[in-house]
Amino acid sequence: MSAVQNIPAQSSSNRRAGGIAAWPPLLRILTVATIIAVLIALYIGLVYAGTDIDQGDVQRIFYIHMPIFFGAFVAFGTAVVGGIQYLRTRAIKWDTLALAGVEVGLALAVVNVVTGSIWARPIWNTWWTWDPRLTSAAIMCLTYAALLMLRNGIENPEQRRRFASVYSIFAIVTVIMTLVIIRIRPDTIHPAVIGPSPQDAQGTFELEATRGVGMALGLNFPVWALLVPITLMWHRIRLQNRMEEVERLKAEVLNQ
Amino acid sequence: MNTPFWQAAFSITRKDLRAELRSRELVNTMGLFALLSVLIFSFALELDRVARQEAVSGVLWVTVVFASILGLNRSMAMEREQGNLDALLMAPISRSAIFAGKLIGNFVFTLVVGLVLLPLMTVLYNVPLMQPWVVVLLLLGIAGFATIGTLLATMTVQTRARESLLPIIMLPVALPVLLASVNASTAVLNNAPIDDWIAWPQLLAVIDVIYLTLCFLLFEYVIES
Repeated sequence: MSAVQNIPAQSSSNRRAGGIAAWPPLLRILTVATIIAVLIALYIGLVYAGTDIDQGDVQRIFYIHMPIFFGAFVAFGTAVVGGIQYLRTRAIKWDTLALAGVEVGLALAVVNVVTGSIWARPIWNTWWTWDPRLTSAAIMCLTYAALLMLRNGIENPEQRRRFASVYSIFAIVTVIMTLVIIRIRPDTIHPAVIGPSPQDAQGTFELEATRGVGMALGLNFPVWALLVPITLMWHRIRLQNRMEEVERLKAEVLNQ
Repeated sequence: MNTPFWQAAFSITRKDLRAELRSRELVNTMGLFALLSVLIFSFALELDRVARQEAVSGVLWVTVVFASILGLNRSMAMEREQGNLDALLMAPISRSAIFAGKLIGNFVFTLVVGLVLLPLMTVLYNVPLMQPWVVVLLLLGIAGFATIGTLLATMTVQTRARESLLPIIMLPVALPVLLASVNASTAVLNNAPIDDWIAWPQLLAVIDVIYLTLCFLLFEYVIES
């Protein structure tokens, strides 16, 4: 009882406001812009763009599938930058950035794998195959899931941040190496839209073949590869900062 | 005055080898596990002769990976139990020397198990595993596992989850090594012309070098306390 009464009174009324009012203005604009951009991009991709002659409507999943792969990479790249900077400066904000990058990246990578799988079922007649590119996508998801498990398994916060930073460097090296291995294995079944497709590729389509395809891709790309990961990561960072503030206050109250 | 690098590293390796020779704890555990694993695969897969040829390299490498995880866990756990980790950190040797010493020790233990597996599987699966190229691949692959395994095991042994965490965080990072090793072994066992598959051992060597460099650079961050 007495411990509760010792919490300092809220100094500014703004702290009670919470919710959207507490967001920085740029974040408010960014979030609204992202939501609108996602809706427009989805409409253009799923409704407006022409239907592919060979593949039918399932080809539309490509407008999400490919850009979101790059989005995952943007997030993972941020995570490794955060990891390296944390090891160099030991400032907690870098580890928060890395954590946001890993969580958002993993979500986007899983969406990439699932959308790819949905596309593959009618086109390749299978949900999954251990083709080099799919294998590397699976490895990417597994590595970062393992990173999150590592973070959860360590109690000491300083140790957790340090080990997570080291492991995230391994994670990105693993992902890059697996991607390079693909270049050496040209017999992948996975089509390449930009550049020549490997000889065994099934399910390719030309960018100019159908009306609106190029524009739909051009619109969806920055939305899923840039806007969505950046907005999500920003929100995750704010959430993490709030959670650490709560932990700090808890420790303060319990130690009185 | 710091002890020279190789002197320090080899003295750590000698300590591990000597302790192992006296207790034979690691090779017994790893060896028995390897034997059981090979038998279980044999029963579970009910391989006919053709399928066996395809599956053998997979069985070999999966067994090697899990045996190496067992060995790494025990090796680091013994260090921690006997308080060696703190003693090593206080000694006037560089951190990389500790890493190198543990790495060579872990490599040797896993290699022994791997080399024992070759004649064992040749007999049980009736495939010609006793070839020079298979031994080369074993050396390269186990070097990769030992490198990342030593660093990651040093990490996990300091956490509360300890032994259960190592397979989870080591296997994804070990996948490129595993990929290259299995592909190369399969090609060797199928007597494919060397030009077809020589890229895989080359790739494996490059991966080993990359991981070795990375681990040497990052080890000091893992063993700070």
